Amino acid sequence: MSAASTPAPGIAAAPVASETQQPKSGLSRIVHRYPPLALGATLLAVLMAIAALAPLLGTVDPSVPSPINRTLPPSASFWFGTDMLGRDLYSRVIYGARVSLTVGLSVALLASLFGSIIGFVSGSVRWSDAFIMRVMDGLMAIPPVLLAIAFMTLTRASIANVILAIAIAETPSVARLVRATVLSLREQPYIDAAIVAGTPPAMIIWRHLLPNAVAPIAVQATYICAAAMIIEAVLSFIGAGIPSVIPSWGNIMADGRALWQVKPYIIFFPALFLSVTVLSVNLLGDGLRDALDPRATGTL
Amino acid sequence: MLLEVENLQTSFRTAAGFLRAVDGFSFHVADGETVALVGESGCGKTATALSLLGLIPPSQGVIAGTVRWRGTDLFALGDRAMRDIRGKEIGMIFQDPSASLNPVLTIGHQIGEILRRHQQLDRRAATERAVDLLDLVGVPEPHQCLRDYPHRLSGGLQQRVTLALAMACNPKLLIADEPTSALDATIQAQILDLITRLKRSTGVAILLITHDIGVVAEIADRVMVMFAGRKVEDAPVADLFRSPRHPYTLALLAAAPRLQRSSGNESNQGAGSPAFGASRISASGCTYAARCPLATDLCRTLAPVVETKAQQHFVACHFASREASAA
Amino acid sequence: MIVYVLGRIAATIPVMAVVGLVVFSLLYVLPGDPAALIAGDQANPEAIAHIRHGLGLDRPFLLRLTEWFWQILHGDLGTSIFTNLPVSTMIGQRLGPTLSLLAVTFVFAVIVAIPIGVVAAWRAGSWIDRAVMALNVIGFSVPAFILGYLLAYVFALQLGWFPVQGYTPLDQGFWSWLGHLVLPAVALGSLQIALIARVTRAAMLDILQQDYVRAARAKGLPESTILFVHVLKNASVPIATVVASGIAVLIGGAVVTETVFAIPGIGRLTVDAILRRDYPTIQGVVLLGSFACILINLLVDLLYPLLDPRIRR
Repeated sequence: MSAASTPAPGIAAAPVASETQQPKSGLSRIVHRYPPLALGATLLAVLMAIAALAPLLGTVDPSVPSPINRTLPPSASFWFGTDMLGRDLYSRVIYGARVSLTVGLSVALLASLFGSIIGFVSGSVRWSDAFIMRVMDGLMAIPPVLLAIAFMTLTRASIANVILAIAIAETPSVARLVRATVLSLREQPYIDAAIVAGTPPAMIIWRHLLPNAVAPIAVQATYICAAAMIIEAVLSFIGAGIPSVIPSWGNIMADGRALWQVKPYIIFFPALFLSVTVLSVNLLGDGLRDALDPRATGTL
Repeated sequence: MLLEVENLQTSFRTAAGFLRAVDGFSFHVADGETVALVGESGCGKTATALSLLGLIPPSQGVIAGTVRWRGTDLFALGDRAMRDIRGKEIGMIFQDPSASLNPVLTIGHQIGEILRRHQQLDRRAATERAVDLLDLVGVPEPHQCLRDYPHRLSGGLQQRVTLALAMACNPKLLIADEPTSALDATIQAQILDLITRLKRSTGVAILLITHDIGVVAEIADRVMVMFAGRKVEDAPVADLFRSPRHPYTLALLAAAPRLQRSSGNESNQGAGSPAFGASRISASGCTYAARCPLATDLCRTLAPVVETKAQQHFVACHFASREASAA
Repeated sequence: MIVYVLGRIAATIPVMAVVGLVVFSLLYVLPGDPAALIAGDQANPEAIAHIRHGLGLDRPFLLRLTEWFWQILHGDLGTSIFTNLPVSTMIGQRLGPTLSLLAVTFVFAVIVAIPIGVVAAWRAGSWIDRAVMALNVIGFSVPAFILGYLLAYVFALQLGWFPVQGYTPLDQGFWSWLGHLVLPAVALGSLQIALIARVTRAAMLDILQQDYVRAARAKGLPESTILFVHVLKNASVPIATVVASGIAVLIGGAVVTETVFAIPGIGRLTVDAILRRDYPTIQGVVLLGSFACILINLLVDLLYPLLDPRIRR
């Protein structure tokens, strides 16, 4: 008998009628039981709306310089102030949401896709397993930011290249996850039964592998999304990411680096938006993890 | 009187409300006496032991009643005073020895710390004493054992070590919670012998908790039978076996194999696990009524109190005066 | 035991080989002509050819690969295209500040995170626990460089408790050295603290349920002994694991934190190299960072048997 809070085996707790009333509808039940999930999802939805509706939110073209209006503090006409080229910071920050969200979601999708394929192959094709896993280990040993920097040094700066660079760095974690799922499934007798019965592999994947793998992959994908947004901001901040013509929260902050002690507002607003966005994705990830996997203590 | 327990009530917090594991249990243990507490899984035996030592934190459960240890009210003591008693005046061993020993600390460390804590021995004195203790419990090569980690020892050796830990400071009472249930049959016999030897050489009182009534006959001076958190019978060991009076005691005795002690015969006892939900929520009526062959409406509505039926022989049953035939 | 040690050391070799291969192959695998890119849009063919030669792109792949591995094994990390100095020399000059930052951050993170995790587990469900969890989420979400600016703004600019930026070497005074590193270490360490505290708490909670903890209480041991000797030692394996896994992000984050606080370390070297597309230097930094990660993971691997005697091969 363990020292856990439940009483000795054999004592069955009698059903008590006074159990807390659960709200009827599925959605409000989710909100009630998993506050982080609801909060994260809501915030993220708001941010995505802002990004999508950018032109309608009182913004101007974010790349148009206006030297007369250089480095003005926030005011009624420039809500977040202007940067060193006179560009409206409010517009740049709002449009910057597009970049961050695009990068985050794309990286998450790509890494999940590549990682799933690689992990599946590694787990199913025995002779490839050792080799593939060494390669994944090697990739994971390289700090993601550094790998992305190396990549970006050798290619033209563009959103696509940034996405690709970060996705490569984040793929191994998904690969390991999927491989672990495949390996544990291979131990199950019902998989053997399915194979012996002549079930085509695609069917096995669809019926057995995917349902088991979807939840951990989804949770991992949210964490990758958050990491990708941060890495993109870092890359743009140190000049290895997206060029200033396309506003990204990272490069807006890069522009404000020289003057930050006297004009902190240039850095402040993109920093705030980035933090809130990453926070919302993290909350969503934590909430998903709790909702999908209540007894998980950690996977990798 | 060494230990006096009056009306102990222990309730655990569960997701579905409070669950009363011990429901008004009173008993006492005298100096040097070996008292066995018998009952099936889930009847509240372990909860009783944990409650005595204050090992149920408030977040897990609520304890009421009075426990007097050598005259002192244990529940009135603060944490620090309680810790002085645990391990020093009252020792406890648990069912699964491999789970009771910390896997990352050496045996020597685990014995040494209790000696340092309660007897303030320095390192060398503690080591010598630890070796003596291991000798006492029959561990071969005690010096090597001190350097070992628990996972290197067999189950029997581990239980000897936990006995050594419990007896380290010469306690007046040893609480043994199912000390043999997790061990092989031959090892069980050895451990019981050891406990008997310790009892004879140190005069320690023992509260032996077990579901196996066969074990009891060898060792106990007195036996208490527990069901669903309440005491149903309490008698000197010879009396209990000669003339058991409670229907549940009869069922237990009938289920116990004669020739060999074995662990895990819970399933034989009294046909199925008690319907705890129903019997505990309704506080009226005898808790055994649902399974008792003698139950009448009186039993279902009025809880029997413990009455003296013969010299030192207490029973809680409306029909105990009728001596139902023993198996 | 010796077998275990040798086994773990041997296991790092393929990983290091893969790292080297990946870093080396980037030059060849990526589309476009890296030499032209590096030379710039206005460069003439001679300049491009010169860079091509400097990068070794004019020789066969396998030959170059073998040469390159040979050089690495001898500590030669190549030559900077821009300064023509050996990369290892350039890195050597900048190593001090970065190592200082990493060391202070690491020590700070461990010293803060583990007690926080222990207390949160001990008082699980209380306001302390909830506060710790909330702080954790912030640690995961606010990137180090943003936190750096925030801290610098409040504690350096406004309150003047710490210097805003810069670095003084250790031999010029301990307090001055430490003073310049406090804010960067807090900023860089916040993620580590969040990681370590979360795992510490989870591991402690798990272990507090174990029978041997209850048995230790039955021995009358004080609660502090139980928490810090009995429970924490059992939690040390997962904690060590998460510390090792956080090193990669720590090293990456140092690059950016140095930029915010103008610390003349490898981060500064990297940023300059990025501007000039000085690939050999970047390559050297990536290799060094990766090998440091692998080494630390190896050390933690070798530490496991000491932490948990059940792990022995």
